[in-house]
Amino acid sequence: MKFASIGPVTTHFFVFAQPPASLTLESGRSLSHVTVAFETYGNLNTQKSNAILVCHALSGDAHAAGISTEDNSHGWWDEMIGPGKALDTDKYFVICSNVLGGCRGTTGPSSDNPLTGKPYALDFPLITIADMVEAQRNLIDSFGIEKLLCVIGGSMGGMQALQWASAYPERVRAAIPIATALKHSPQQIAFDEVIRQSIMADPAWRQGYYYEHGQPEKGLAVARMIGHITFMSDLSMEEKFSRKLKNEKLSFQFTDDFEVEGYLRYRGNNFVKRFDANSYLYITKAMDYFDLSGDKFMPGVKKSPVKFLVISFKSDWLYPSYQSQDIVRVLKQKHAYTTYFDLTSTYGHDAFLIEIADETRLIRNFLANIRID
Amino acid sequence: MMENINLDYRIIARIITQHAHILDLGCGSGELLTLLIREKQALVQGIELNDEEMHRCVEKGLTVLQGDIESGLVDYPDKSFDYVILNQIMQEIKKADFVIDEALRVGRKVIVGFPNFAHIKARLTLMFAGKTPINDALPYYWYETPNIRFLTIRDFVEYCAKKNIIIEQKYFLAKSKLVRFLPHLFALNSLFVIKRNGD
Repeated sequence: MKFASIGPVTTHFFVFAQPPASLTLESGRSLSHVTVAFETYGNLNTQKSNAILVCHALSGDAHAAGISTEDNSHGWWDEMIGPGKALDTDKYFVICSNVLGGCRGTTGPSSDNPLTGKPYALDFPLITIADMVEAQRNLIDSFGIEKLLCVIGGSMGGMQALQWASAYPERVRAAIPIATALKHSPQQIAFDEVIRQSIMADPAWRQGYYYEHGQPEKGLAVARMIGHITFMSDLSMEEKFSRKLKNEKLSFQFTDDFEVEGYLRYRGNNFVKRFDANSYLYITKAMDYFDLSGDKFMPGVKKSPVKFLVISFKSDWLYPSYQSQDIVRVLKQKHAYTTYFDLTSTYGHDAFLIEIADETRLIRNFLANIRID
Repeated sequence: MMENINLDYRIIARIITQHAHILDLGCGSGELLTLLIREKQALVQGIELNDEEMHRCVEKGLTVLQGDIESGLVDYPDKSFDYVILNQIMQEIKKADFVIDEALRVGRKVIVGFPNFAHIKARLTLMFAGKTPINDALPYYWYETPNIRFLTIRDFVEYCAKKNIIIEQKYFLAKSKLVRFLPHLFALNSLFVIKRNGD
């Protein structure tokens, strides 16, 4: 079933931690004048009990659904959010905000440091997933929402959903972590490190202080190319590209002969236009630091009041199903009533964004059984 | 309403206490769990492997984990549930001994239901036709059956004695009524409520 998009949407901005107040970070450092870019879809009911927080992944932003009035782009989860969709905006009030450390309207390394009037660059403190959630909590508080009906997200968004449930079990009724993990494995950290090194190896990175000169485009593009390889599966790459050539013959030069090469170059070059290299460094580091394994999940809570829907995708090798099963294991320890589904897929890690038929059926039915008070 | 519900489900619904915490291993599309919620306001968790059955469970509002029965139990702390249900799956699981052990650890009580391979008709089929028995409780041909083991009421009682497992209640079922006369011969299905000695 195809449903219409919710139509034109605008990004809003929420400012908090105005001096003398500040946001204390997990590192012990603090930030003030924090701006959070966010969008909302649907209407908040009078009891403020129908709010769903959508958390975005590494390179996502607040524009999750609808068509941006700014650049006519569709939201990154437009097929999932809207009237009659998995997150039905006729029933729910859906909020999505750009993460702390990001570069799409929320305060991050490319934002102006109020002390200097110049971009923070590497003066920006390292942030964690917990810090991102703190920024979101401030936004949620500003709406007067006591308890979220649901927190949902894939990949790094799933980490935020887990962090919300762990830090604020009494403020979340249900959590849907998708294609995610309680902690990064050495393999995931390794990929992130190669991604960071490719940015930092670009002379144009200038130790992070490049804002007057322009982005380290080459390094960031390569970083994104690596990312894209990990988001796909062997099978989806075979189906999409096989060994097809861009032109009819091999060039016998170091040009992009194969379609897959052209695709990666295109994706890399496009990414440079919309994403800040330093944000990529900060956010990948935050993912690597994330660790809610063992006793760190819901500390002190014997019986989880939060209901969980944990979803993994069979073809996802970046966040393999076993990592979602690890989440389920921890939830069993917390006596959480949990639904776990390992969905059949071919698209690898990207499946949560693309293969939405089963995902929609599952999420819609799960949410339908959580009564809105 | 109750007439359309399988006899074993009706008995299980009678056995369990109000508001009990239930784990159903191999819960299928969740009919039993739905009944237990309706009749006993039970708190339920299912474990199921099949995709379509999983979706049906979620449609019904059930919490259900996708996975096999063997690995589904191990991570639960001791006595996480009032009842662990192993209904009509004993004959399909590979490590039955291990699963019963784990079920007794995770649950205060375990409800086990299985088809009785020693039903009179099964015996006669084997004896006189020389063929694998097919009946209401064992409806499959040899080449399509999911059943990897065949056990009888007597086998199970003996097993419990050997393992020092207490049989608290037992029910012997024909197609739509209980069997009181020579259940070893006349029961198609059986249900046992067992618990660990000392619990």
